[in-house]
Amino acid sequence: MPFEGIRQNKSLQALLGLVFGTVFGFLLQKGGVTLYDVIIGQLLLTDFTVVKVMLSAILVGMVGVHAMKAAGLVRLHVRAGSVGSTVIGGLIFGVGFAVLGYCPGTAAGALGSGALDAAVGMAGIVIGAGIFARLYPVLERSVLNRGKFPAETIPQLLGVSPMPVACAVAIMILVILALFATMGL
Amino acid sequence: MSDWLLSATWSPSVVGAGIGILIWMTFLFSDRPLGVSTAYAKTAGMIEKAVSRKNVASMPYYRQVTPEADWQWTIIIGVIAGGFISAYTAGTFALSAVPPLFAETFGADTLFRFAVALAGGIIMGIGARWAGGCTSGHGISGTLQLSLASWVAVICFFAGGILAAGLLFGFRFL
Repeated sequence: MPFEGIRQNKSLQALLGLVFGTVFGFLLQKGGVTLYDVIIGQLLLTDFTVVKVMLSAILVGMVGVHAMKAAGLVRLHVRAGSVGSTVIGGLIFGVGFAVLGYCPGTAAGALGSGALDAAVGMAGIVIGAGIFARLYPVLERSVLNRGKFPAETIPQLLGVSPMPVACAVAIMILVILALFATMGL
Repeated sequence: MSDWLLSATWSPSVVGAGIGILIWMTFLFSDRPLGVSTAYAKTAGMIEKAVSRKNVASMPYYRQVTPEADWQWTIIIGVIAGGFISAYTAGTFALSAVPPLFAETFGADTLFRFAVALAGGIIMGIGARWAGGCTSGHGISGTLQLSLASWVAVICFFAGGILAAGLLFGFRFL
């Protein structure tokens, strides 16, 4: 793999995290998705900005990451989920999403734009993560491994190579974005 | 060019494409997907560590998510800084406490908004760690890798979110 020297350099990586985070926060703020009203608007299905940003990011990211993977430049980072972890955790997250009105990344960008309620929300996320860490040994034994998914990726699940799946997802995203445009959403 | 760079908002597809390219960079130079919720768990671990060093060493979760200021922690500091740079240079930086939609639905009381935000944050923090990622880690970085768990997670994020928002604000799209 190229760039191993850079990837193994811990202090350089801490700096890169800061740089990548800054670009991410800048983009989230420019996209308007650091606004409570925009995020709640998405969950109320009256404002589709959040989904448009996410779908465009998935489309562009997917093409580049899979091309680099095919060229041997990067490796994928996927983990198998489970009903007990992914579905239950995802639904809990969704409820928090609607109550807070920001997600972990957009809350940080919102704080940078001056939203003090986002700072309170961030403190809440830290407390929630701390509660989870304390519950982790019990949850790990009882819930998190229930109903393990049979595959790590959708191509593995379907028994095909990533290429046709990536193409299908790309077409699906383009169709959805085109539908949004024609419906004036 | 600089007018555009400093304008208050960019189109969602331009922002999304930028995030996609940013994720190429995190894979290439850091061998990582882009995700921010781990930073919160690390912060919780740092606080636990400041209170009682022994306690953290004995907690299995903090052996997986080590409480140190590495890439996965500095990223959240960057997101705050990036949000500030974008808002400040566009002239839209302003301190606020109660978002307009919240105020018109539940009233403009700052303490009430803070209490709701704290409760929402706690629920979200538990959910993010429970599911192993958030809107960025699962919702964008995981889905673009065609991760099965991430597609299931993002569907559940929105299913839970749309249902809870509908119960709180009324199902406005109906």
